[in-house]
Amino acid sequence: MATVSEVSVRSGRRSELTLMALAWVIIVLALALVDYHAAYLELVDIAIYGGAVAGLMLAAHITLRRVAPSADPVLLPAVFALNGVGIAEIRRIDYAEDTSFGTQQMIWAVLGVAIMIGVLLVVRDHRKLRRYTYTAGVVGLVLYLLPLVPGLGITVNGARIWISIAGNSVQPGEFAKIALVIFFAGYLVTNRDTLALAGPKVLGMRFPRIRDMGPLLIVWLAAMLIMVYERDLGASLLFFSIFLGMLYVATERFSWVAIGMSLFFVGGAFAALTVPHVRSRFEAWLNALDANVYSSGTSEQLVRGLFGMASGGLFGTGLGEGRPDLVPYAESDFIIASLGEELGLTGLMAILTLYIIIVQRAFRTSIGVRDGFGKLLAAGLGVTIAVQVFIVVGGVTRVIPLTGLTAPFLAYGGSSLLANWLVVALLLRVSDQARRSSEAVSA
Amino acid sequence: MNEPARRVSVVVLILFLALMAAASWIQVVNEETLSQDPRNVRTLYREYGNFRGPLVVDGESVVWSEPSNDSFNYQRTYTDGSLYAAATGFYSIVYGRSGLEQTENELLNGSADSLFWTRLGNLFSGEQQQGASVELTLKSSLQQVAAEQLGDQRGAVIALAPETGEILAMVTSPTYDPALLAGHDSSVVNENYQSLLNQDDGPLINRAIAGDTYPPGSTFKLIDAAAALEAGYEPDTELYAPTELDLPQSSNTIGNYGGEACSSDDSMTLEDALRISCNTAFADLGMTLQWQVIQRKAESFGWTDKIDVPLSVTASRLPEDPDEAQTAMSAIGQYDVRSTPLQMAMVAAAIANDGTLMKPYLVDSVRAPDLQVIDVTEPEVYSTPMTRSDANKLTDMMVTVVDDGTGSAARIDGVEVAGKTGTAETGQDTPPHAWFVSFAPADDPVVAVAVVVENGGSMGSEATGGRIAAPIAKAVMQEAIRLDGEGDL
Repeated sequence: MATVSEVSVRSGRRSELTLMALAWVIIVLALALVDYHAAYLELVDIAIYGGAVAGLMLAAHITLRRVAPSADPVLLPAVFALNGVGIAEIRRIDYAEDTSFGTQQMIWAVLGVAIMIGVLLVVRDHRKLRRYTYTAGVVGLVLYLLPLVPGLGITVNGARIWISIAGNSVQPGEFAKIALVIFFAGYLVTNRDTLALAGPKVLGMRFPRIRDMGPLLIVWLAAMLIMVYERDLGASLLFFSIFLGMLYVATERFSWVAIGMSLFFVGGAFAALTVPHVRSRFEAWLNALDANVYSSGTSEQLVRGLFGMASGGLFGTGLGEGRPDLVPYAESDFIIASLGEELGLTGLMAILTLYIIIVQRAFRTSIGVRDGFGKLLAAGLGVTIAVQVFIVVGGVTRVIPLTGLTAPFLAYGGSSLLANWLVVALLLRVSDQARRSSEAVSA
Repeated sequence: MNEPARRVSVVVLILFLALMAAASWIQVVNEETLSQDPRNVRTLYREYGNFRGPLVVDGESVVWSEPSNDSFNYQRTYTDGSLYAAATGFYSIVYGRSGLEQTENELLNGSADSLFWTRLGNLFSGEQQQGASVELTLKSSLQQVAAEQLGDQRGAVIALAPETGEILAMVTSPTYDPALLAGHDSSVVNENYQSLLNQDDGPLINRAIAGDTYPPGSTFKLIDAAAALEAGYEPDTELYAPTELDLPQSSNTIGNYGGEACSSDDSMTLEDALRISCNTAFADLGMTLQWQVIQRKAESFGWTDKIDVPLSVTASRLPEDPDEAQTAMSAIGQYDVRSTPLQMAMVAAAIANDGTLMKPYLVDSVRAPDLQVIDVTEPEVYSTPMTRSDANKLTDMMVTVVDDGTGSAARIDGVEVAGKTGTAETGQDTPPHAWFVSFAPADDPVVAVAVVVENGGSMGSEATGGRIAAPIAKAVMQEAIRLDGEGDL
């Protein structure tokens, strides 16, 4: 672990406040615009909303000043902006479809910020989480497999990734990924030497010993189980990517990635050939515009999303002026297409840039923090957001087959939003440590 | 672990670049293709979902967009849809547009260049694109009178303002209700359209300006007369007018209506020949003048030109290189001579306007959504087919047609009416088409009218232009004169 040469004397809390004000303007204007186009613009509502957003921002900001004064100043404004733009778009689709997802998402956002504040208050040092390595591992696996429990799991649109708790549907996979990141970080930081150094060298690449392959095989098996039994290609890919990414960061050995990817592709190819659900996803991806595939319905949603994005063009139709409601699940799985339509390529680029900023901040935190557990934790969380965004946006833009993941912070969904705010809390916590240590070095 | 973390962050960056490339591919490079995909209902919704401007007659919207509670946002709505269908055309999510809905589409949907400032304003205020309103030259009462008079007979009526070229009335029969095609349920629209198509009498055809066009019959004698006047004939110049005219190089003969003699001595003046519509006199005149002379005259009135009013008008036809016999037949508006009712109305209007033909038009003005007038059609000279003195001579001749000739059914008390009848043969077994073209008042015309009733209308083979078409023209002229008296024309 090399020492970091960054020189940073300011905590950045003041820049954070400035960026937060910028995000506030975007969030409130977006909602006002949506209401205006739906002819429901009430200045009182906008004032209340603006006040509430400002309140949440200040609460988060003050918490950071108190308990994580050196935390990364860019993360929160970026996340707030994404969440606010998402709420505006969801509300916009509500007006078209006569639903009320927007209001629910606002409640989830409040809860999300509250959870983040709670975590920052309770977890004062991320290294304490290492104590719960195996607990987190078990919790993660159980959460992932919970939807398979008869009577508890419910199947929505072919995927069995939901459970029903007191009438509410919860997506435990969203929380499982965080538990697993903690588990992988704790496990890998302990075992990285064995995994990294031992093993035969073939073709210039050092391969791990067969007996060290156990954990990889177990994770692979779990990923396959999720793919086949929960029919959730996205979660399976996400779960496995997080593990491979963290394994690589821990061991610096590309052979692990090569072996892991080959395993996954073999499994994926097998599933694509044998599991009808997976196969139709591949078919829809490769021949989306084909008349037969389209009329069979398998690629209809994808293609409608493409039509929507195309109609947005470079600058978009304007918030509230497109027809995102023509795409099924415009407020959740396809919110990226909805935003692409109304904000155009320009808006989509801006959104992707916000994600890039968040992810790059996570890696910078990983590099900056001194303890191995923290490094792996931050990198793992960065990979989590990055891969999830790639899977969602890549699915909608036809880079990869479409899967049922949600765009972090943007898409409608309580589980997803709460889990991602939790990710932010952990990143802020580690970044506080990282930037504090760099201050110490420079001082 | 810093180095691999850095590498992973680079890989992640590459993944995001791939996403950005894919988004650019969809939203910019491939945008055209995707937007034009027939499965993309969005383009349709955008076109049909905007507020589309109304079509206005006499200050009242006859076609407008009513907000609707479906995915199209607006429902095209009509008052007296079938009365104005010939001009407005239809606006359908399945079959597209026709009539002014098509030709004025960019103004109506707001995308026209002349609406640039309006759009710019909308951009800043965030308002939806709105269309302009298009005001027609039609007069509702004239339109109504013409439609009532024509009734359920097949045919067309068209009325022009001679001094400007404004189309004051344009009626075609049978017609259809555009509301049948404006619905948002495509299967219903489909069914309605098919049943309109399957109707034998072609309700979707605008007979006034398009369709098969008609042989003009004796109304074409106005062209012969105009050509003769230019060639130095006078109204009292004697013409050869036998009871039967032998056609050169053929065994056929031309006779007069009912086989009657035009005169006792096989000779009559040009004026009298027009008054009683003597076929043999004009057939012989045609051969004497030669076809090129008549052809040039017809062309100066607009024959063979394709004009837009802005509805596109089928060009009226003339025969190519007719021999003498064919020239004789053509001179009385038979053989290969074809005319739209609009073309004949233009002939009447040019004679009425001292020999100057004004370009006919249907759009009076265009108003931006904020009601500011952004365009007014200025009357435009189309051609000058006759000199003032020739036109006045021909007017006097046409007055005798109504006063004391075949067109007496068009007489109006206290008003001098100039007219010409036509009874065009359509074949051995089918009744003739009845024509009447006229203008009034003869000394200071306010309206020029052409009426055609297909296959004799309700009179069948008994029909003549004078009997069945002239009364229709008379009613239209009377209404126009009344409107003019009230200052509404």
